[in-house]
Amino acid sequence: MLTYIGYRLLAITPVLLGLSLLVFLVMALIPGDPATAILGNFATPENVARLNQQLGLDKSLAEQYFIWLSHLVQGDWGRSYSLNRLVLDEVLERFHATLILAGAAWLLCSVFGLLAGVIAAVRQYSWIDKIVTFVVLVGISMPAFWLGLLLIMLFAVEWQWLPASGMYAIYGGGDIRDLLTHLVLPALTLSIVAMGVVARLTRSAMLEVLRLDYIRTARAKGLKEHRVVFRHALKAALVNIIPVMAIQAGFVLGGAVYIETVFQWPGIGRMLVNAIASRDILLVQGGVLMVATAYVLFNLCADIAQHALDPRLRLRNRI
Amino acid sequence: MVWIPTRLKALYLMGAIRGTLQLRPRPRLRSRYSFLKIVCCWLLAVFCFFGFFHRANAQTPENILIVGQIAEPKSMDPHAATALNDFRILMNMYDGLVRYKPGTLEIEPALAKAWTISKDGKHYTFTLRQGVKFHDGTEFTAEAVKFNFERMLNDTHPYHKTGPFPLAFFFSVVESVIVKGRYSVEFVLKEPFAPFLSNLAYPTGLIVSPAAVKKHGKAFGRQPVGTGAFQFAEWQGNQKVVITRNTAYWDSAPTLEAVIFRPITDANTRVAEMLAGGIDLMVEVPPDNLAMFEKAKDVTVYQQTGPHVWFLILNMKHGPFKDKRMRQAVNYAINKQALVNNVLQGTAVIAAGPTPPVFTWAYNESLQPYPYDPEKARKLIKAAGYQGEKLTFYVTEGGSGMLEPVAMGTAIQADLAKVGLKVVIESYEWNTFLGKVNPGLGEKADMAEMAWMINDPDTLPYLALRTAAWPDKGGFNSGYYTNPEVDALLKAARKTTDQAQRGQLYRKVQAIVHDDAPWAFIAHWQQNAVAHHSVKGFQLQPSFFLLLKDVQKQR
Repeated sequence: MLTYIGYRLLAITPVLLGLSLLVFLVMALIPGDPATAILGNFATPENVARLNQQLGLDKSLAEQYFIWLSHLVQGDWGRSYSLNRLVLDEVLERFHATLILAGAAWLLCSVFGLLAGVIAAVRQYSWIDKIVTFVVLVGISMPAFWLGLLLIMLFAVEWQWLPASGMYAIYGGGDIRDLLTHLVLPALTLSIVAMGVVARLTRSAMLEVLRLDYIRTARAKGLKEHRVVFRHALKAALVNIIPVMAIQAGFVLGGAVYIETVFQWPGIGRMLVNAIASRDILLVQGGVLMVATAYVLFNLCADIAQHALDPRLRLRNRI
Repeated sequence: MVWIPTRLKALYLMGAIRGTLQLRPRPRLRSRYSFLKIVCCWLLAVFCFFGFFHRANAQTPENILIVGQIAEPKSMDPHAATALNDFRILMNMYDGLVRYKPGTLEIEPALAKAWTISKDGKHYTFTLRQGVKFHDGTEFTAEAVKFNFERMLNDTHPYHKTGPFPLAFFFSVVESVIVKGRYSVEFVLKEPFAPFLSNLAYPTGLIVSPAAVKKHGKAFGRQPVGTGAFQFAEWQGNQKVVITRNTAYWDSAPTLEAVIFRPITDANTRVAEMLAGGIDLMVEVPPDNLAMFEKAKDVTVYQQTGPHVWFLILNMKHGPFKDKRMRQAVNYAINKQALVNNVLQGTAVIAAGPTPPVFTWAYNESLQPYPYDPEKARKLIKAAGYQGEKLTFYVTEGGSGMLEPVAMGTAIQADLAKVGLKVVIESYEWNTFLGKVNPGLGEKADMAEMAWMINDPDTLPYLALRTAAWPDKGGFNSGYYTNPEVDALLKAARKTTDQAQRGQLYRKVQAIVHDDAPWAFIAHWQQNAVAHHSVKGFQLQPSFFLLLKDVQKQR
């Protein structure tokens, strides 16, 4: 198992390297440059050239990339042009906020998605199944940012139960209760689509498993129903659900981009949007590397969990 | 208090799960009963949950003003900042040598008590205010002024590397800064440059503490120190910038204890925060929401026309717009009143020429906007011999001062179609758009949207209407307008330090440009803001800056 994890961790390096090269090329290819973004109306060719020189952007593309890479290896992520701040500081600070949001959303989608899926499967064609299926369909089809705005209008403006945006109260606050209060709406909005996907998949996976002989055997020996469902059926179904949950982790990380904008969450998604708009290559690189690393790690965790649950996989991969 | 509902919640949750999972076939009655029970449990759980979070009606603290900004600031170093969004904060933390008199675009003394200008217009000598201290306790002197400008302009200055300073060219005309005494400083210019004082009043001319720059180096932009009415306290990325009262302010300390600037990029969220009471003051209200705020009871809407102009650049080098009649026809064909009323919902006024009317001393009152006259436009187009050629129109998706570029572009396209012009829109994201328009329209496009916010009537015509400002010569005259008379007038206006005389010259420029119609003149933006009734003494400035020194907040 350890060898397997070590191998997978090593495999991240080429993935990230390739990704950084891709991001760099795309950022270089899209029209506009940081100097134009900074100067706006005042972007004369002369001013742009002078500023590019000050920013070190007058070198060739390959040169710029290798300078960046050699600095990165030494732990220097560079300095953002648009924020005038060290990229690493900014990325870590922002990623911390995104992890809280995405983590909460993922937890919500996993717990409620699984639960809804299990209930719907166990009570197939019942009232509750129909409600779950319908809610899931609506959840999947609804644009999340629109739902976010509706929730703000209802909970923050109309009823004033929850704050409309931000991560902490702007004055005072700052404790865990304050954070949770601010977390409810964005986490809920972000989780809704993922929750639908997980619920749907859980339902079909559970339906498949519940029909199998060993479940009948389990029931025949007189096991309590919740034991049959959770210990026997869900464990088997999870093998198929876990990879999807890992994908959903990536989805909530990606979805954070627009949810963070709607709810003004100070996360990495919003940072990336701003960085791209101001053509801040170093900041984009830093942000993408961070998110990509997280994504790869989530998938690794999912694989490990899958192996832990499914003895057949352990045998096949000899770990 | 906190624990009871949580524990209850947990109990109900467990009950709900168990209830739901009493699963195998049962008598129908029992099943329905358990379903109802589940629903009740869930509802109770949800209510407990919100009970836990329930809070009183959001109220912002007393005497602390919370401002909803449109974006995260980029830098608190006035020499590095370029965006209006940053200027709104900076103007409250720093002073310049001169400033705009509140409510006008007239220059008045600030850190400089008085000044003299030599006859040749090349020497400006400022007498500085004595006893002014930076927020870090160091004294403001002539040496500090010299440090500020040399840091920006002199490549070999030891602190030039704390840049870059993108707008330093505002002062590229400065040859040297000479310290004449502890409180006297002289600027020597390479050539007479009348807008110099206006540029000093611009945020790029604000004075920073040399000691703080030396201490923080490149990080000064996040630990700013000035002499202004408020001093920097805290910057939490993407959350807030806090500035607090400078009790030792030379121009009477503000009454507000602190101001908190919150970046809220999404306009809808900004509006929601205003409605929810999370902010006291918001700027740049979307046109769609303005009417709603006007009807609301506990808020006041502020509007103020500013030094902004929104226009279409017409390509005078290639294509049908080489002909003046075609350009005038476009001006007649666009229903500007409808644009202002329907698309911009009253957040702008119609433009008559290239200069915004807020520059009262330079604005030509006799100019009337081109009236909406499709019939006349059709006649002019016919006379110009237009054969139905395709006209390419560059439209941007958004950008600084561009208002509602897509909606406006489409409305203009429809207006032009009514008089028989075949306009094809190509739309681009802002940076890409600038990359296409600033190097000149060439043979690629016939017209393009553009907007400018300026600080002196000289800026826009000088940078975008002179022959020497064609893109290949480093200017912004992307439509290749040329008129020797305009060139001569603008040059003369720069050399004159007498404001009345300058104003006269600019009026002539406006009249000529109005008739030549190198642009289609559309609108001047009215900046708006919404403030809660508890906010007193607030006023929007024609400069578009946000000055909060005299604002109070009372319950």
